[in-house]
Amino acid sequence: MSSTPTDTKGKDRARAAARARAQRAPVYRRSADFRWTHDPEQCARCKRCVQQCGFKALSWEDGPVVDPEKCVGCHRCEMFCPQQAIAVVPQVQHYRPHPLWTQAHRQNLYLQAETGGVLLAGMGNDLPYPVLWDNLLLDACQVTNPSIDPLREPMELRTYLGRRPDAVEVTLGGDGPELATEMGPTLELETPIIFAAMSYGSISLNAQKAIAMAAEECGTLWNTGEGGLHEDLKPYAHRAFVQCASGRFGVHADYLNAGAAIEIKIGQGAKPGIGGHLPGEKVSAEVSETRMIPVGSDALSPAPQHDIYSIEDLRQLIYALKEASNYEKPVSVKIAAVHNVAAIASGIVRAGADMVYLDGFRGGTGAAPTIIRDHLGIPIEIAIAVVDQQLREEGIRNQASIIAAGGIRSSADAAKAIALGADAIAIGTGALLALGCTLCQKCYTGRCSWGITTQDPALTRRLDPYVGSRRVGNLLRGWSAELEEILGAMGVNAIESLRGSRERLRGVGLDKTTLDILGVKPAGVGA
Amino acid sequence: MRIDASDLHYRDLNRRIREAAAAGTKSFDLLNVNGQRYIGDGIAGAEVEIDIHGVPGNDLGAFMDGPTIRVHGNAQDAVANTMNAGRIIVDGHAGDVLGYGMRGGELLVRGKVGYRVGIHMKAYRGRRPVIVAGGTAGDFLGEYMAGGLLIVLGLETTNGEPLIGDWCATGMHGGAIYLRGEVDPRQVASNFADLRAADAEDLQDIRESVEAFCEAFSLDAGRILGDGFMRVGPISHRPYGAKYAA
Ligand code: SF4
Ligand code: SF4
Repeated sequence: MSSTPTDTKGKDRARAAARARAQRAPVYRRSADFRWTHDPEQCARCKRCVQQCGFKALSWEDGPVVDPEKCVGCHRCEMFCPQQAIAVVPQVQHYRPHPLWTQAHRQNLYLQAETGGVLLAGMGNDLPYPVLWDNLLLDACQVTNPSIDPLREPMELRTYLGRRPDAVEVTLGGDGPELATEMGPTLELETPIIFAAMSYGSISLNAQKAIAMAAEECGTLWNTGEGGLHEDLKPYAHRAFVQCASGRFGVHADYLNAGAAIEIKIGQGAKPGIGGHLPGEKVSAEVSETRMIPVGSDALSPAPQHDIYSIEDLRQLIYALKEASNYEKPVSVKIAAVHNVAAIASGIVRAGADMVYLDGFRGGTGAAPTIIRDHLGIPIEIAIAVVDQQLREEGIRNQASIIAAGGIRSSADAAKAIALGADAIAIGTGALLALGCTLCQKCYTGRCSWGITTQDPALTRRLDPYVGSRRVGNLLRGWSAELEEILGAMGVNAIESLRGSRERLRGVGLDKTTLDILGVKPAGVGA
Repeated sequence: MRIDASDLHYRDLNRRIREAAAAGTKSFDLLNVNGQRYIGDGIAGAEVEIDIHGVPGNDLGAFMDGPTIRVHGNAQDAVANTMNAGRIIVDGHAGDVLGYGMRGGELLVRGKVGYRVGIHMKAYRGRRPVIVAGGTAGDFLGEYMAGGLLIVLGLETTNGEPLIGDWCATGMHGGAIYLRGEVDPRQVASNFADLRAADAEDLQDIRESVEAFCEAFSLDAGRILGDGFMRVGPISHRPYGAKYAA
């Protein structure tokens, strides 16, 4: 295989382009992260690779030619090449290796020396922090406590989210017992897996539609994010969290009443303490309509919300939303998992929230400053444990459900999250992977080759929402079936029996302090 | 419909208003209002009129979509929060964070307004939210403003009292702020906004709103519009455009 074009004309052009680049920046030359290689012998000259590249890294000069600076390693061309003539491989370290000054540190530093700007990244934290899920193991039955075969016996994954009363009162009348306690609104889900907030604007309408349709079909919930509710998605709104955040984009009384629940977004795991910012070039005519702002203007969601400086202020907004929706919609408050998360969550519950959504530091994003994404927040595993514990100790755990998100990769992670104390888990990155995402982390460029995090019609039409919803639905069905298997192996027949049951978890390779914080015994210790 | 609000919890008061409005009641007279929050929250309908005697609590007219509210007295914080359409007239003073994320309609306050007024106001299509304060305004006026019109008239101010507080227009990226009288340029965030004397065209832009204000409070619009106004406008609609490394 050769990475250079075959004909001399193409070669000349590539060299001229390289010279021009070198002249532009005499000191710094941006080195490519990936090496695009192409086998001209195999190539059928169909030009498909050039058409498929969302990042415009490929052009046609009697054969495909790459601009190495533009290739982000999304692998779209490789997957669409009918001849398997393309291989995109990581560029090998070409500086002298240094354990402190890694290639990533050097590359970032050079880029900043050139631009003086803030580095951006998409998707979740990619640094090798410990993943606590991988240090936790689930229990199973042997001999003395029989396991259950989910094929033979019904398994219950049904999950209710929302406030539970402190006690229920029942009156006995002529027609038998009747519930006397007034119950608040709750959400009924067929599986404890919901979709994380991803706004129209950050993702394409087709991507949002695929997720919304899957949510409806699987009896779970999706989340509008802070981007308003597009006309086409109104039929699925009854299965949606409608979000209200600092920019108030698209928020009005009808919107609040259209959803299944309302979510106040305070923070996001990928960027704790940082607001959102949809650049003006992504505010197309249609995005502008849904967000109810002018075309082309920056859509800023500042952090903090400047009407919320305290738990009392938060309470004021929670009840403003409840009043606007006639107390018919449960209200969730979403926060990033940070050091003081337990006390904050307690305040949120006392402020009247019906759900607390915890987003761990590995959560995804369309765009965040890299330095924030990679260094702020705490793991979701820890956050679930400490929040559940705090709410129990205060005797208010019944007042709100806990939704956990931020780096949940499989049904096993989901089961462990639920055992730690989550009522439900939310997936964002997982759903996008199901839609084709290869985690190239370039969402912030708006050029996603899979038509997910882009508004370019040439790219978004690649994502068929019906095909997409089938794939996302399959993911939910697969994970749900696996959850049933896990429950069966543990000898319980309802997800409710696993919820908050940390006795069914054991830690491996964890220090004592971490085990104590997680409220989990080390492996080897029996009941 | 007359409702005596004494000893009514806001939840009961607002439920009665909501239900009556849904059943077609157009006019409400609320007596002895004493700090009840969320009056008019999420109520729709341009013909609905709510007269409030007393002091309504926070979030008056939040998410409101059309009605007219008149407060015969002072109002508290967060009036017209994310209001979509309608009109709120306050005969006295009003508190902090008025018109947060307001998208349409009018808020006319005869007296002074507090801190953080008009944060993130935005215009959209035919909607252009307007806030007119008859007195002075506090710090952070028009922060993150994305659209609409903020007017501070400074009527009846005592000598030396500043017209606005500090940090006006921080993060501003749309809309316009008009200030009647002298402003210390250091009070306006020069990295986001331009401060200059208003010209004849600008005065045309605010005439309708000032006239509406004067009509609401029986004042002479001609006299007020005759005085010098300063205008604060955004430097860019893309304030964070150049912040990032490509
Ligand atoms: S897609 Fe494959 S076969 Fe088609 S032009 Fe590109 S490299 Fe050649
Ligand atoms: S959504 Fe698209 S741009 Fe973002 S990481 Fe996935 S493939 Fe890349």
